[in-house]
Amino acid sequence: MLHTFIAYVDDKPGVLTRVASLFRRLNINITSLTVGRSERDGLSRMTIVCEASAEAGHRIRASLFKLENVVDVDDIAQAPNVTRELALIKVAVTKELRSQIFELVEVFRARIVDLTAESLMIEMTGVESKIEGLIEILRASDCCILELCRSGKMTMRRSHHVSSVVRAMSVPANESEEPRPVDEDAPALPQ
Amino acid sequence: MGTHATTQAANAHLTTPTRLTGAEIVWATLYGEGVTDVFGYPGGAILPVYDALRKFPIHHTLVRHEQGAAHMADGYARASGKVGVAMATSGPGATNLVTGIATAMLDSIPIVCITGNVSSKVLGTDAFQEVDITGITLPVTKHNFLVSRPEDIAPAIRHAFQIARSARPGPVLVDITKDAQQGTAIFDFAAAAPPPHRPHPMRRVEVSALDQAAELIRNAQRPVILAGHGVIESGAGEQLLSLAERAQIPVALTLLGLGGFPASHSLNIGMMGMHGESWVNHAIQDADLLIACGMRFDDRVTGATATYALKAKKIHIEVDPSEINKNIKVDVALVGDLAQVLDQLLPRVATRNGAAWLKTIEASKGAVAVHDIKNLPDSGHLYAAHVMHDLWHITGGDAIIVTDVGQHQMWEAQYFHHERPRTLITSGGLGTMGFGLPAAIGAKTACPDKEVWVIAGDGGFQMTAAELATIVQEGLKVNIAIVNNGYLGMVRQWQEFFYERNYEATPLVSPDFVKLADAHGLPGRTVRTRTELDQAVAVARAAKGAFLLNIHVEKEDAVYPMIPAGNALHEMIRRPGKKPLDKPAGNK
Repeated sequence: MLHTFIAYVDDKPGVLTRVASLFRRLNINITSLTVGRSERDGLSRMTIVCEASAEAGHRIRASLFKLENVVDVDDIAQAPNVTRELALIKVAVTKELRSQIFELVEVFRARIVDLTAESLMIEMTGVESKIEGLIEILRASDCCILELCRSGKMTMRRSHHVSSVVRAMSVPANESEEPRPVDEDAPALPQ
Repeated sequence: MGTHATTQAANAHLTTPTRLTGAEIVWATLYGEGVTDVFGYPGGAILPVYDALRKFPIHHTLVRHEQGAAHMADGYARASGKVGVAMATSGPGATNLVTGIATAMLDSIPIVCITGNVSSKVLGTDAFQEVDITGITLPVTKHNFLVSRPEDIAPAIRHAFQIARSARPGPVLVDITKDAQQGTAIFDFAAAAPPPHRPHPMRRVEVSALDQAAELIRNAQRPVILAGHGVIESGAGEQLLSLAERAQIPVALTLLGLGGFPASHSLNIGMMGMHGESWVNHAIQDADLLIACGMRFDDRVTGATATYALKAKKIHIEVDPSEINKNIKVDVALVGDLAQVLDQLLPRVATRNGAAWLKTIEASKGAVAVHDIKNLPDSGHLYAAHVMHDLWHITGGDAIIVTDVGQHQMWEAQYFHHERPRTLITSGGLGTMGFGLPAAIGAKTACPDKEVWVIAGDGGFQMTAAELATIVQEGLKVNIAIVNNGYLGMVRQWQEFFYERNYEATPLVSPDFVKLADAHGLPGRTVRTRTELDQAVAVARAAKGAFLLNIHVEKEDAVYPMIPAGNALHEMIRRPGKKPLDKPAGNK
């Protein structure tokens, strides 16, 4: 099954190797890995997606925690979450075909972020399947994909860390626990 | 050891922040951590540190190969319970440590290795004797540090000690660039203290799980305690004794658990696993409850996991959360320090009558014990089992025994009965040949007043025989027993059982070990009969310094019983000349 782990790690040299090495040792392929700064000073946040047996989740999480530079680990498993991926797609496109791409981009609620005489760049954020969908249609079209860059998944639990939210917003607990419905497959908000 | 003046100066550094060179900070920090002995080998990239040694009251043992340094630090740690320290230069010095570090990792032994590296300006340029040792040792250390500034040395070393000894112990490496050793910084020992140890969040003992465990113990008809190395590392011997005695539960031990529960105790049924006695493995297979205490269900103790103790509920008390359900699925997990968990569990356990089950186990021994080789009359042949039995008998079982790896190691485990923790030092997880001699040097350094024996095969001994010179240079009284059968015995045994007696690359030519000892200025004796053995052991013990015994034993003897790898725990190859209770297993 597909596992998704969130790890807060020290923002120091070599930490990525330690995390990656753990998966290598278990002979588990990392499907995607995103790293960036987090809300906590000096800590990076990783979203690690990998394919492994259902039982492996416990051991991976326990082993990640054993790494000295890993501060926090969350196994998302099947918990409600928001997952997004960012894709940049450079497409070779002639003047005649441009409008066709513009339409496509509109339908997928993506954006054109660069435009030249012979190519354009599409930026798209969304769930994996939506990005796959756009890529598939582009491949089927008359234009040629020159470059494709995908960020890998970023995942955040929905309404999870209730106590820290309460602290941050200084509101009574019963108010903050109210679920805020957000449809995962809803179109990305205009940026 | 240092003079009074160096001790005073070193003590002053610990209380008064002073500007020191990085090299001095290395020793000052080690001193502050309570280190009295370091095992190492100098070289270009660690020379500043060696130059500063004269100012500190720490004893340095010069090894003959850096692998020996790591094993000595390991043996030191196993014998004393303290953190062992090894030191080496960059490049080959550092890579030579790796086998020793991996040995400590697999057996959860706290050691700190300090290596020099090239100057930070040339890191990563393939400079002379440069190697990425933090990269190389990443999978075989609990953690490692690359330090390139003098002010980072003390915090890194202090943190290394904390990591090495906390929770499940293990090796930590600190790699220090030469410019960091040469630069200066204010040494403030107190300020360099690591942040408080962050406990593993999955290490917790639920009250409900404790109650559940107590309930399982109360209802069990055929319980067995499986005691491992955790008993010794956690210092849980007393609690284990209380649990076993109160609930009258028989105790089986892993190889590294030997000594954790007195061998002479009536509830001790012996070592489990690949070379465990048949009644022990049968008891485990027939049990309705296993209480695993500080052990990890290694493949050498479970045999085939699919057929392992199928009738038994399992309670796993273990400090490392990643061990839970790793090899064997358990019913109740109590994740925490063994001594603390047992302290919580004991009040919930009532006295119970275990007589029927103990009687069943006793009966299952049958005539097996009588057929033990140690009870055979002296036919003129000397068996390794005799050697172990007699050594045990003559030393009163009180010595620290350090073994190498192979047949002699298993015979030691079977026939030398350990009453106390830290009296058997052996490489279990990694099974490192060549471990014995250097680890014995470490053990003797840690416990100079204890009788220390190294028992090694003729193969393993030659892997690190150069450390004989270290024994001489250090003037250590280490008794050496080489169990010489002219083969790489355990491999030969596997060839005999599983490769149609094709003894490829296992017959072994050795030097005359007594002459080898003589070349080092050490006395020795060759032994061929049991009578000679008794006398020789007495002479060796009485000798002022180290003494070597070259003991020629039966050449093609095998360790019985044996579970072929991949077989079920009860599918043993039994001792020959005995009506087999179980069919000998096929090739695996």
